[in-house]
Amino acid sequence: MMLVLRSRRGALHAALGGILGGALRLAGLLALAAVPAAAEEPPPPGRTLVVVGPWEVGGLDPASNGHAFTRLEVAETLVGVDASGAPAPGLATGWTVSPDGLAWRFPLRADVRFHDGSPLTAEVAAESLRRAWSNVGPLARAPIAAITAADGAVVVALHRPFALLPAFLANHTAIVLAPASYDAGGRVVRIVGTGPYRAAAVAPPLRIDLERFDGWWGGRPAIARARYLAVGQGETRALMAESGEADVVVSLLPVSLARLRRSPKLAVQTVTPPRTRLLKLNAGSPLFSDPRARRALGLALDRAGLARVLLRNPGLGADQLFPPAVAGWHVPDLPPLTRDLGEARRLLAEAGWRPGADGVLERDGRRFAATLRTYSAWPELPPLAAAIQAQAREVGIDLAVSVGNTSDIPARHRDGSLDLGLVSRSFALIPDPLGTLLQDFGAEGGDWGAMNWSNPESAALLDRLAVLADPAARAPLRRRVVEILQAELPVIPVTWSELAVVANRRVAGVRADPLERSYGLAAMHWATP
Amino acid sequence: MTRLLLGRLIQAVLVALVVGGLCFALVRVLPGDAAFRIAADRYGPDALTGQAAEAVRRELGLDRPWPELLLRWFGDLAQGRLGNSLVSGEPVSEELAGQLGPSLWLAACALALSLLIGLPLGLASGLRAGSGLDRLALVGAVALRALPPFVLGLVLMLVFSIRLEWLPPAGYGTWREMALPSLTLALGLAAVSSRVARDAVAEVGATAYYRFARLKGLPAGAVVLRHGLRNAGIPVVTYLGLQAVYLIEGVVVVESLFAYPGIGHALVHAVIARDVPMVQGAALVMGLMFVLLNLGVDLLCRLLDPRLGAAR
Repeated sequence: MMLVLRSRRGALHAALGGILGGALRLAGLLALAAVPAAAEEPPPPGRTLVVVGPWEVGGLDPASNGHAFTRLEVAETLVGVDASGAPAPGLATGWTVSPDGLAWRFPLRADVRFHDGSPLTAEVAAESLRRAWSNVGPLARAPIAAITAADGAVVVALHRPFALLPAFLANHTAIVLAPASYDAGGRVVRIVGTGPYRAAAVAPPLRIDLERFDGWWGGRPAIARARYLAVGQGETRALMAESGEADVVVSLLPVSLARLRRSPKLAVQTVTPPRTRLLKLNAGSPLFSDPRARRALGLALDRAGLARVLLRNPGLGADQLFPPAVAGWHVPDLPPLTRDLGEARRLLAEAGWRPGADGVLERDGRRFAATLRTYSAWPELPPLAAAIQAQAREVGIDLAVSVGNTSDIPARHRDGSLDLGLVSRSFALIPDPLGTLLQDFGAEGGDWGAMNWSNPESAALLDRLAVLADPAARAPLRRRVVEILQAELPVIPVTWSELAVVANRRVAGVRADPLERSYGLAAMHWATP
Repeated sequence: MTRLLLGRLIQAVLVALVVGGLCFALVRVLPGDAAFRIAADRYGPDALTGQAAEAVRRELGLDRPWPELLLRWFGDLAQGRLGNSLVSGEPVSEELAGQLGPSLWLAACALALSLLIGLPLGLASGLRAGSGLDRLALVGAVALRALPPFVLGLVLMLVFSIRLEWLPPAGYGTWREMALPSLTLALGLAAVSSRVARDAVAEVGATAYYRFARLKGLPAGAVVLRHGLRNAGIPVVTYLGLQAVYLIEGVVVVESLFAYPGIGHALVHAVIARDVPMVQGAALVMGLMFVLLNLGVDLLCRLLDPRLGAAR
């Protein structure tokens, strides 16, 4: 008995000792941590261009953070985009497809070097792309059978024809990195790219320091040093621009823009990116399975009013899925989505809904009540949801607004518990919107797109578009897809988006990129010597 | 002294156990699917898909039973490890070391500034209790304390960055970026510490020993230095320990507002992303800092009043 007790006490002692030892080591960590802050490296001599944006620097993995390195032009992709948003040569000089559409050849530029001086070879590029293919991201969704190198070209073999391959290779997860970027386990431990700037310091979560790379194949940029700062609060970003501490500020709140426009020191640019705020509906729920109910909710929305009050730009009311700036997918003569409360009430009555005592519609003893879920990652979404709630109530639809996390939408899509979600959907992740449409409106719907809705015709059209390379043949198919989405409303477009870029006038050559692929640092120069 | 140190050490161990367990339990009972949360933070809303979330679930083994996950964290902790962040995959200790430094600097600057502002003001108000200065200081303190740090920070930005163009509204790296966030915190701290100092000084000023010192003919300056400050110092120093709570809470808000990369910022993100090891690590470090600070306060009080040590 005594022995047992003693041994137990011994174990306790050992455990306690271990915990104490750990605590002491933690205390050591505390002491260590106090030192480096003071030793923050001083800013390098000479002028540094400061770019401020809302996106935090999460780490080095291209799957999660490749966008930071493409926007800052540290790393590049085989395929770029031209001014119209169409795939264009990047690190590859172009591409050719075999007659059966299954083998794609991307010959590489000959004179490209990585930031560590090593040359870009087809083997290196193929290896880098194979890593992206096996990681999370669009390449994993493409019908790729193999990525190999042959005669100075990257060769991609497909399971089935896929015309979107160049657009998929333009995605930021497909950046080409030097072998020195990876550790033995294949993790990215530093970003050694080919772009005009090299990452001198990556300090998650808020900063990246850049230095000009003199060996860039595209020439010598005018700005020698730049720094990216992530500033999450929109108000703070506006103040950074106003105070002159930032040279270029990306993504500003509509309320700040009017004030910034009045400043003589600043130049404000706005562009319309392919991003739409839309209501994602559960077409499998008894409330929204009837297309008339979906149309009625669409007819209840005053889109121009929402855009005027909340976005300060009435032109952003989305009367169809794509804004006019998205060439090929915006259909100018499509009958627009409008507000018509009388027609909305008529459609709902036709579908069997009758106003109850409190004005909320009822059918077979069931109220037309649903939860509208949204998230605050985009600051405009919660107020938009509240306004939609008020407008829906006018036709007798009772919505309860719930503001949560971004992930609630796809998680509830998966478990089927979503009634209605207000989301901000980008169609620019893959430069061709078709890449996102395939994901959202295919036969099985998508996490951010259709839910329990499918239309054999549009699904077949999307599949056909994915293999069709001839632009003239694609146009009527695209139009038909947009018509079906407009008529069936698996998602209800609410507003389009606006991206504002504010530049201090001491910097010239700033161009807002609607696809948010690049800040265009390499094209900027100091306006004042 | 040994007993004091041992007591605080046991307190530190308890803090570790309670904070670790509590964070774990709280994060687990929060609504929402952890794999989706982590994937949302890793890949961003635009690239978040169900496949990405399932890949995260497989990679991190999130579907394993919770006692296993909790025990593993305690086991790691006993060996001085805090595990890896679920979002970035980097060791939590490395991430915290990078973010703790800026936070400690911010907190230290704020505390020092608050003492520079609060103590002289409190001393002056206390020595002339009831005067116009005392009343003005009271109004100022109430107003500053009533303003949330978020609003105070914005006001300071508008004044010092936009109107005067002296200091940057955000960023970090040099003392210039440090100035506004630490002033935001310092004003809130000084609001209360000046009143505590004022009351302590006023109280000491009314005691018999203080009046006796004056009566026996000591000059006013010597009375304040020898009898006033030391006696009034004890409640002020004790209160500093309590102010750590305000500091920690303020750091969370101020860091987000000023885009300052500290532990408060890290904690907010970790909670949103359900990054359990990061939440546990950040809360643990904050808890241990609290214990350390209280130890410092105890030691300082004993230095000021040796009777405290002798009484035990």
